[in-house]
Amino acid sequence: MPQIIPFGPQHPVLPEPIHLKLSVVDGIITEAVPAFGFVHRGLEKLADIRDFHQMIQVVERVCGICSMMHAMCYAQGIEEIMGVEVPPRARFLRVIWAELHRMHSHLLWLGLFADSFGFESLFMQIWRIREKVLDINEATTGNRIIVAVNVIGGVRTDLNQEQMRWILSELAEVEKEIRRLETTLMDDYTVKKRTVCKGVLTRSQAFELGLAGPTLRASDVAQDMRMLGYAAYNELDFEPVVEKDGDCYARCKVRFRETLQSIDIIRQAVSKIPEGELSAKVKCRPDGESVSRVEQPRGECFYYIKANGKKNLDRLRIRTPTFANVPAILAMLPGMWLSDVPVIVLSIDPCIACTER
Amino acid sequence: MFKRMITESRIKSPWLLHYDCGSCNGCDIEVLACLTPVYDIERFGIVNVGNPMHADILLVTGTVNHRNKKVLVNLYDQMPHPKVVVAIGSCGLSGGIFREAYNVVGGVDKVIPVDVYVPGCPAKPEAIIDGVVIGLQKFHEKM
Repeated sequence: MPQIIPFGPQHPVLPEPIHLKLSVVDGIITEAVPAFGFVHRGLEKLADIRDFHQMIQVVERVCGICSMMHAMCYAQGIEEIMGVEVPPRARFLRVIWAELHRMHSHLLWLGLFADSFGFESLFMQIWRIREKVLDINEATTGNRIIVAVNVIGGVRTDLNQEQMRWILSELAEVEKEIRRLETTLMDDYTVKKRTVCKGVLTRSQAFELGLAGPTLRASDVAQDMRMLGYAAYNELDFEPVVEKDGDCYARCKVRFRETLQSIDIIRQAVSKIPEGELSAKVKCRPDGESVSRVEQPRGECFYYIKANGKKNLDRLRIRTPTFANVPAILAMLPGMWLSDVPVIVLSIDPCIACTER
Repeated sequence: MFKRMITESRIKSPWLLHYDCGSCNGCDIEVLACLTPVYDIERFGIVNVGNPMHADILLVTGTVNHRNKKVLVNLYDQMPHPKVVVAIGSCGLSGGIFREAYNVVGGVDKVIPVDVYVPGCPAKPEAIIDGVVIGLQKFHEKM
């Protein structure tokens, strides 16, 4: 007779309420059943009362960690319907802030992951580095997390030469500190003991479950929405980060390498950024439908927008990466020890606020 | 004497319980950031705990919805008396930008009594620490 153990909704490892009903026999998990809805607010329906300009503020609050990407994805969808050409400088600025967001999200995850296997000093060190990235956000936009830089047709704020030089010098510091932690995070005996061969997903499994983002790339599938070339990504030089093993260690490695890759992308964007306008003029109202996709820190984010020429949108549909990645938890957990549950659940970087909206 | 000692140490070293009650994560990661080296509230003897029965101060972020209000009341009831509730962020205060959404009940004070309100979207770590300090004064009055 399996014992039923509840995991969440209030759990010290996860800051967010996810609930898993775990069936356990002798400390080994036989089945996991998730329960959702603790964070559901129903913000897609807010499109009925807020107009399409105000919806930017709403979609930014789908998820506080990747708010910039949500706003960018929504703005790209509306721009596609209205046929607005975004000025080149605005496209590069969007890339810079998007990559800063990816960095702070990945550093946050690396810290929480270290915390999930009880390595608290590593958690503290990584979050200390992350504060530098948040300082850049605050200095350039005025807010630490929800930066609110996107408007339909471009961006709201500019970066001058001095600010860009300062960002690069701060990032050089950040890179030095991250590289100093690399040996601890990647080669430490205790870290490897808790992560290697835990929650393995093979390439075919990962593909069939329809996963997204770093979880998929850790299983040797090179899928990265940035390769679509939205914003200014088509003018920058980068490759998707791929690992072969598909275990928790590989997922950690993918995110670690992506953090360094983001620094590289910001450097390229700063060196190539052209002069010019910040935003294009937007007149009249959207009429039509569009699909827009961006790469969030957690994977592919998908927005479907249907407009009918009125002030409010007809339908807004948001599909977020964690929604695609939850089946991975359920496939990985059976057969693992109960003590490995926090590590495996965190390894997909669950963002429940995104999933439930 | 023993009782007085416990009372004094509870004021000097309060333990926190954090519950994400339907927020967008913005305030949650700011609450966590308070614990990390740059802000470091642990130097004041404040510890983040996972068990409501050990906690003195409840930090609630985000709006209350129809599903999690039972969980929130449950956590509040399990905490030993006296207890202080700190609502964090615009959503926790009034429902914020989501107040008109169909699944949102409103601010935290619609379900449990709130002692301190910390505004901001998201609230900054400095503001959260300030809220906890004001909460400690209320905690002292309740003793």
